[in-house]
Amino acid sequence: MTRIAAILHGTPQQPSRPWPRFVVSRAQWSALLRENLTLLGAWADTTHVHALFANNATPDPPTDPLACLIVSIEVEVGFYPALSPVHPGAAWFERAIHDLWGHKAADGEDRPWLDHGHWPQTHPLAARPGPRPPAADPPEFVEVAGSALMQWPIGPIGSGIAEAAHLRLTLDGTAIVRAEARLGYTHKGVLTLMRGKSPRVAARFAARLAGDATVAHAIAFARATEAALDIAPPPRAIALRAVMAALERTTTRLDDLGTLAALLGATHLHGQCGLWQEYLRRGLAAAFGHRMCMDCVVPGGVAGDADPMGLSALRPILEALLDDLPSIRAGFARDSLAARLTGLGRCATEGDAADRCARRLDAIAADVALVVPLLSDLPEGPANVALPSHSGEGLGLSSSARGDIRHWIRIDNGQIAAAFPIDPGWHRWPLAEAGLVGAEAADAEAICVSFGLPVSGMDL
Amino acid sequence: MMRWPLPPRLPAAEPAGPVDRETVASLVARMDAAAQRRLGRGLAIRHVNTGSCNGCELETRALTGVLYELSRFGLRFVDSPAHADVLLVTGPLTQNLRRALEQAWDAVPDPKWVVALGDCAVDGGVFKGSYATLGGTGNAVPVDLTIGGCPPSPSRILAGLRALLEANSAR
Ligand code: SF4
Repeated sequence: MTRIAAILHGTPQQPSRPWPRFVVSRAQWSALLRENLTLLGAWADTTHVHALFANNATPDPPTDPLACLIVSIEVEVGFYPALSPVHPGAAWFERAIHDLWGHKAADGEDRPWLDHGHWPQTHPLAARPGPRPPAADPPEFVEVAGSALMQWPIGPIGSGIAEAAHLRLTLDGTAIVRAEARLGYTHKGVLTLMRGKSPRVAARFAARLAGDATVAHAIAFARATEAALDIAPPPRAIALRAVMAALERTTTRLDDLGTLAALLGATHLHGQCGLWQEYLRRGLAAAFGHRMCMDCVVPGGVAGDADPMGLSALRPILEALLDDLPSIRAGFARDSLAARLTGLGRCATEGDAADRCARRLDAIAADVALVVPLLSDLPEGPANVALPSHSGEGLGLSSSARGDIRHWIRIDNGQIAAAFPIDPGWHRWPLAEAGLVGAEAADAEAICVSFGLPVSGMDL
Repeated sequence: MMRWPLPPRLPAAEPAGPVDRETVASLVARMDAAAQRRLGRGLAIRHVNTGSCNGCELETRALTGVLYELSRFGLRFVDSPAHADVLLVTGPLTQNLRRALEQAWDAVPDPKWVVALGDCAVDGGVFKGSYATLGGTGNAVPVDLTIGGCPPSPSRILAGLRALLEANSAR
């Protein structure tokens, strides 16, 4: 028996699919925090706090029933033991849990995150939400010691046609010594809106968490629903989803590459990336009826079958893109641009902007190579199956241009009782905060774009 | 038959169709004489995100690409509201961004236009009724033009912006 299995031995399992959920004691919780786990996300309901971990010690991830761990701990008189002292990435989740449900992490973070003091109530997801606060507090940032340092606030309305987020840079001369993000500006109350709806209706909110990952979020939500209700979408739907998801990742990567090129003065490359993005969107519209495939993926399958003519038109676009990819690659390798990208926004796990661009280009090639054969070999059959209206709990995974997306869902007699989407933004922003340190302030925007930082999906 | 030809090797801006007369007429009716004098042909646009999902931004960014070539119409995006004639607002107007929109609006010199872009900005879209949103741009600043859609396509956005342009220079 592995150590984690030993810690959880005899613990009651909640029937969640594909992995069970363990309701653990405080002793088990702190024992688990000492294990080799990666925190993927944390959320709550009115009585418990839930944490999702990847088990790094698992010998065989696909078959190990403990490859992914969902553990829940009861909230006692408003408190639960914090995750952030061991998993620093949990701090933003703890702050969000406090804002939405009112549960406090003992020894954890309690500065507001999503709640900027403007909502008509506090703790909107608590059993009994609190009254409107008297006045909005100004946001607090971690102070950096040193008299010669200057604070440079950027956003929430920054430059360009972009998402709304705030970045607080602490500068020593023109060098960045600390970067701290403050998000939550685009919080739309999605979790409350989903509650009490059928999965089909709630899918519209999942599809609007992030426009650049609408397909990926819709797939993760659909898979969570399908796991909870123990049904499988038809093979044709699975294949069509794979096509949409791969082309969405491609357009988002082209968008990131093009935006970065434009910022660094490579306007021709910006035009080239934009052009392929536009052709792909038109192709998606012809095949699936929407330029971003919003609402095309639904729990149980896909909303409607694809247009055969549109599908056949995708192939030549993809082949032409593959032909043109070496010239885009060469554009990024051109001396002046390569010199700017090298060393820009370097972080321990991901390298610099040049590495991130190279990985995006590799991923585009891989995704296009995945879609082309799929298109000529689509399984026949129905596009979706009906959803039963029973109860269950499930976790769903999908892959977006910015990383993995996971949705957790609890369904009660065919209606959403609770849900939580984990957007890759939760994990990308901390990388950017680290990558900004030591850089020139003037490069901050390019560094952020090079990381690809989603906002809306994690603002909920 | 395929619906569009293979991607051309040398991209050029696509032909642009006529502007919707009705929209122009209603916009002209709302212009006062001073505004007509001061705004020339051409509009500077500042985008303001009030909580969008980023879908409307993607389609707006697409407009800046080579196929649409905004500059031929005299349309351009600017970074500062102080240099803008138009605020192009996206998102359902979250409580957390209302102040930012009002500040941006205050910073745009008169006469100014406000365009609510996308279903969210028009009336809150699917996020209508949430504790965290205010139901669209019009709940904080006066709106001159709405462009619906979730998100509206670049050509639809362009059609709206060109109508605004025509309204400006029709006299
Ligand atoms: S209108 Fe649609 S695409 Fe635009 S911000 Fe709203 S949900 Fe996103």
